[in-house]
Amino acid sequence: MSTRNVVLHVADVHKNFGGLRALSDVDLQVEEGTVHAIIGPNGAGKSTLLNVCVGRIKPDRGSVIFDGEALDNHQPHEINQLGVSRVFQTPEIFADLSLLENVMIPAFASRDGSFRFNTIAAVSGQKDVRESAEHALEDVGLLERRHVEAGSLSRGDKRRLELAMCLVQNPRLLLLDEPTAGMSRHDTNSTIELLKRIKSRGMTKVIIEHDMQVVFSLADKISVLAQGRIIADGSPDEVRANPKVKEAYLGEVQE
Amino acid sequence: MDAILLQILNGLDKGGAYALIALGLTLVFGTLGVVNFAHGALFMLGAFCAVTFNKVLSLESVVVDPTQTTAWGSPLEVRTPYVEAWLGDFGVFLHNYSVPASVIIAIPIMLAIGIAIERGLIQYFYKRPHADQILVTFGLAIVIQEVIKKFYGANPIPQAAPADFSGTAYVGTLLGMGDALPYPWWRLIYLLFSFVVIGGVMAFLQFTTYGMVVRAGMRDRETVGMLGIDIERRFTVVFGLAAVVAGIAGAMYTPILPPDYHMGMDFLVLSFVVVVVGGMGSLTGAVVAGFLLGILQSFASMNEIKSILPGIDQIIIYLVAVVVLLTMPRGLMGRKGVMED
Amino acid sequence: MMFANLSRNDWLLLVGFSVVVLAGPIILQPLGAAYPALMQKFCIYGIFALGFNILFGLTGYLSFGHAAFLGVGSYAAMWSFKLFTMNVIPAILFAMVFACLFALIIGYVSLRRSGIYFSILTLAFAQMSYNLAYSVLTPLTNGETGLQLSRQDPRVIDAMFGSPGPGLPRASLFGVDISGGGYPGFYLCAVALIVCFFFAMRIFRSPFGMMLRGIKSNQNRMRYTGFNTRPYLLSAFVISGLYAGLAGALMAATDPLVGAERMQWTASGEVVLMTILGGAGTLVGPILGAGVIKYFENIFSSFSDRTLHGFFSFLPESLQDPVVSFFSLFVGDGWNLTLGVVFMLIVIFLPGGIMEGLRRAWNLVNRKGDGGDAVPVGQTQPAE
Repeated sequence: MSTRNVVLHVADVHKNFGGLRALSDVDLQVEEGTVHAIIGPNGAGKSTLLNVCVGRIKPDRGSVIFDGEALDNHQPHEINQLGVSRVFQTPEIFADLSLLENVMIPAFASRDGSFRFNTIAAVSGQKDVRESAEHALEDVGLLERRHVEAGSLSRGDKRRLELAMCLVQNPRLLLLDEPTAGMSRHDTNSTIELLKRIKSRGMTKVIIEHDMQVVFSLADKISVLAQGRIIADGSPDEVRANPKVKEAYLGEVQE
Repeated sequence: MDAILLQILNGLDKGGAYALIALGLTLVFGTLGVVNFAHGALFMLGAFCAVTFNKVLSLESVVVDPTQTTAWGSPLEVRTPYVEAWLGDFGVFLHNYSVPASVIIAIPIMLAIGIAIERGLIQYFYKRPHADQILVTFGLAIVIQEVIKKFYGANPIPQAAPADFSGTAYVGTLLGMGDALPYPWWRLIYLLFSFVVIGGVMAFLQFTTYGMVVRAGMRDRETVGMLGIDIERRFTVVFGLAAVVAGIAGAMYTPILPPDYHMGMDFLVLSFVVVVVGGMGSLTGAVVAGFLLGILQSFASMNEIKSILPGIDQIIIYLVAVVVLLTMPRGLMGRKGVMED
Repeated sequence: MMFANLSRNDWLLLVGFSVVVLAGPIILQPLGAAYPALMQKFCIYGIFALGFNILFGLTGYLSFGHAAFLGVGSYAAMWSFKLFTMNVIPAILFAMVFACLFALIIGYVSLRRSGIYFSILTLAFAQMSYNLAYSVLTPLTNGETGLQLSRQDPRVIDAMFGSPGPGLPRASLFGVDISGGGYPGFYLCAVALIVCFFFAMRIFRSPFGMMLRGIKSNQNRMRYTGFNTRPYLLSAFVISGLYAGLAGALMAATDPLVGAERMQWTASGEVVLMTILGGAGTLVGPILGAGVIKYFENIFSSFSDRTLHGFFSFLPESLQDPVVSFFSLFVGDGWNLTLGVVFMLIVIFLPGGIMEGLRRAWNLVNRKGDGGDAVPVGQTQPAE
């Protein structure tokens, strides 16, 4: 496992908000095809780290390198076109469009690029896009409701929809920001199942999660972030055994 | 040097009007989160309070005096305004000072109108998109201005400043400078008036508990609501206050610009530009930008400038708005997070 | 190719729409609106609103300065009439080119911001154009008087084909007189409207249109989904500017006096109103809105107190006067008041406009008792 390519390299990233240090010298290497979990107590800088990766926040120092390319001066859409998709903490979907349209739009983005003045074709004639969108909806179990307006979905279903929107793009790197937050136990379990199923597709994933069950059942590698620093890095077993982690984080959880 | 001073003075009174309108606009926006396209109409309504008041005071009794004849031999008609007949000297004074006196009348009227608009219409639009707010208040503005047009006609109605202040003030002499700097008295009064009103509103928001709650509401509405404060009621008052400020600004402006039914729209467009330049939701920003743009406009209308850049006086304000919006997304003093997506 | 991938429903819609527009002189007979001068107005404003809707209805960007493009189109067409030929085709091309360039510049700058800032930027640009048209640009616009034809105009192309006849020349389409409110003018506008409708329909059904709706729904998501939203928005802006330019050219052709008030922001407000009234984001709505407003404007503004007295003559004398004086507020010069009231009522009670009203009525008739929840989105499309 150790000889794999590094897909995402967060190189010595530093970020201050006002006087508050959000990230300091964070160095992280995500290997191709792995599920890499980032855990840490609230306010540890997890979401900031993810935002830096997709170009939403510019780091003060250091850079994020995706597949050999520094992402520093890239717009969000350019980062996506390179093959990075993201699921947000609060689902970002097209609330007044149907589920099918919600998933077709990202499919168009991967097929046609960041801009294409395509007014000649009709959406209804784009069989390939429609099929891949339906396929993605089937993956997350929402195919039957493809004509429903997305805004009417439950929160858990919105998350699954957003996941489908990312999966349809077949990204090289999928960033998941607490994919099970606010879900019932049942929904959480089915999401874990879903993520396990798509794990075999060789898509690299970075996942931020609070729920230890999710983390330990999915992750190949775990990095622990506390107060803007990475305090531990390794396989689930290594991290579980690390005394620093127990002290900073796991200790609280396991009572 | 004196030419520059004079242009600054010239811009200040207009700037005062801009600042007063923009102040209410940004106050309503900052607290209620409502983009009010009918705010200019409130300015115009205030102006018509002054017109109406003057009309009422000018109602005359006509008495035919048989003892006197006109040059044509017919009996002389003696016309006396009722107010002068009934109140004597005070009546004469009141008639003369109808514009400033109308401010006193305008305050309760505008307050009532403002509260009625907020309760009757605006409150249903707090949660609607900004586009809907713009559209519905735009409709309201049309309605208000058309009603005024129906009752007062389409032509501007000139109002006289009090006789004591209708002449020219020699500002330079007053300040003990070499140049006289002639400047109409009433504009000077208007400038002082706008300072007083702006100061009053600021002091109200800064130093009273009531104002503090309102300011807190501008920053974080939900938290204030959670503290158990009835923020909605205060918002009604804020809207009323904004209406009053716009109204009295309009009433006092009548001797400078004869009011007509569409003056509100003219000022509204400019005031929006002022608010945006100052920074959405920033009170000081609105005031500073108001005066700044007034002065800029007055400089742009100098012949020396116009000969270099023809037409610049027509577009300077918009041009500044475009430049400010593109270079400083939050305006001169806008806060972070207001109207950002 | 262009027609190849229209669905059956779209074909029906297009054919139905064309029939309705071309048969206007018959259909509008009972409404008393079947004279060409009014009907061509419906078409011209229909084009204007149709284009505005491509921007506002699809992307949600509310432009308050669209009348500027209409004005530029009108002036450009007029200059084509004055300098080259009275033929309307070059005038239309000229108008569209200029409106396109103008929209490109204004759109490029304005679209750097969104929300209310975008509205204010477009408003500022339109007001600048209007103010300049009235002042320094007088040589181009003839200021307050308005730009009009003159016997002294060069008209170089026409001059090559013989000397002009007596009187002012009239705009024509290869010899057919289209100005002055005759049927040829109406049919020209009607065909233009149908062509515009066809292109709007293509845009609505295309992936491009889908992306525009995506931007309206959640621009942030669009960015993180890999779309560069700026060129999408700019394309929509320029397309709607082109529509406005075309409408402006037709306006100049049918009524050869172009004044700057055509560019004022109240004119921009009018097209917003038409779109909202009909139903923003729907295909037919804005055209319907334009027609309804122009129709009632025509009726209401011609009403006088006399007509009103005739109307309410069934009332007893004592009631008649107050009723008439109340209603006289809304007619004649008071038409704008009616417009304002309708505007408010629509925004308050029926934000989806007439189309939304029709849809609700349709649902009410079709499925009484059905709770009506979870209406599948895919199925609501045909209501456009």
